[in-house]
Amino acid sequence: MPRDPLRAFLQGMRDGAPFLLVIGPFGLLFGVVAREAGWNVVEILAMSVMVIAGASQFTALQLMREEAPTLVVILTALAVNLRHAMYSASLAPHLGPAPLLKRALVAYVLVDQTYGVAMNRYAIAPAMSAAEKTAYFLGVAAAICPPWYAFSVIGAYAGAAIPAWLALDFAVPITFIALFAPALRSLPHLAAAFVSVVVALLLAGLPYSLGLLIAATLAMLAGAGVEIAMGRRS
Amino acid sequence: MSEIWIVILGLGAGTFLIRFSFLGLIGDRALPGWALRLLRYVPVAVMPGLVAPLVVWPAATGGETDPARMIASAVALAVGAATRSLLGAIFGGMAALYLALWAFG
Repeated sequence: MPRDPLRAFLQGMRDGAPFLLVIGPFGLLFGVVAREAGWNVVEILAMSVMVIAGASQFTALQLMREEAPTLVVILTALAVNLRHAMYSASLAPHLGPAPLLKRALVAYVLVDQTYGVAMNRYAIAPAMSAAEKTAYFLGVAAAICPPWYAFSVIGAYAGAAIPAWLALDFAVPITFIALFAPALRSLPHLAAAFVSVVVALLLAGLPYSLGLLIAATLAMLAGAGVEIAMGRRS
Repeated sequence: MSEIWIVILGLGAGTFLIRFSFLGLIGDRALPGWALRLLRYVPVAVMPGLVAPLVVWPAATGGETDPARMIASAVALAVGAATRSLLGAIFGGMAALYLALWAFG
């Protein structure tokens, strides 16, 4: 491996490491809830390894508890992950030149945190090569994904020993806010975020995360529209 | 095969295909300018909308709007935007949450 991708990989691991503070509680919580729902440890581990997406794992658990039909469980939990298709599209210009196998590996570990950290990095350091960007992404994932598996299993064993006053439930929204807040650096970004919040709240009643998909689409258009309008004036 | 395993395998395979979609298809072909312009806003278009209902109607209170969680979110947002520090935003937000829960509790 050439030196620069290696350096990028290690940098990615360093930048991903702080997320252990979030992955830890979130993974624990999944393990606890799944155990309560009657899953065994092997099933909990398999779910976390195959899916690596807290929000959709929780959605599936919840629907199975409500005894929804299996196909509805899978499709709804997949709908929660549809946003990852947008991430995939926005990563393609950065990682497109990388070999197919590496892109498949990136796709496997493409989650909100790896995506958020990597996109912030790519914005700061646009001169990185595709190989370095890929290595960086996989570095972030190396710091985040294996602990996700481990913490789910620990949660399955630890169960009721975690006190409620820790309010771990709210570590999840706080993480998402921390991921996008640094990106609010221009008027178009602010406009996109504003539209996203307002439309998502208005359409929160729609099933299958449809509200979020509509909100995200309108928000992208708002961001691009404001950018074009500002370009015309200057 | 039990229902749990069908869900695990179906959700796992489907999730991978969603994530691989554009990365797998597009390869080293360049995207058109208008697409790049739209994609620039994906993070700030998806994440705020994802988080807004969780903040306004938190699961822990049974969907009841909770001042402590609103304050914590505002602090995390302000710290993150002002300092561009991710950890600062997380620590600031959780510290504000504990303070506010204690103050209102």
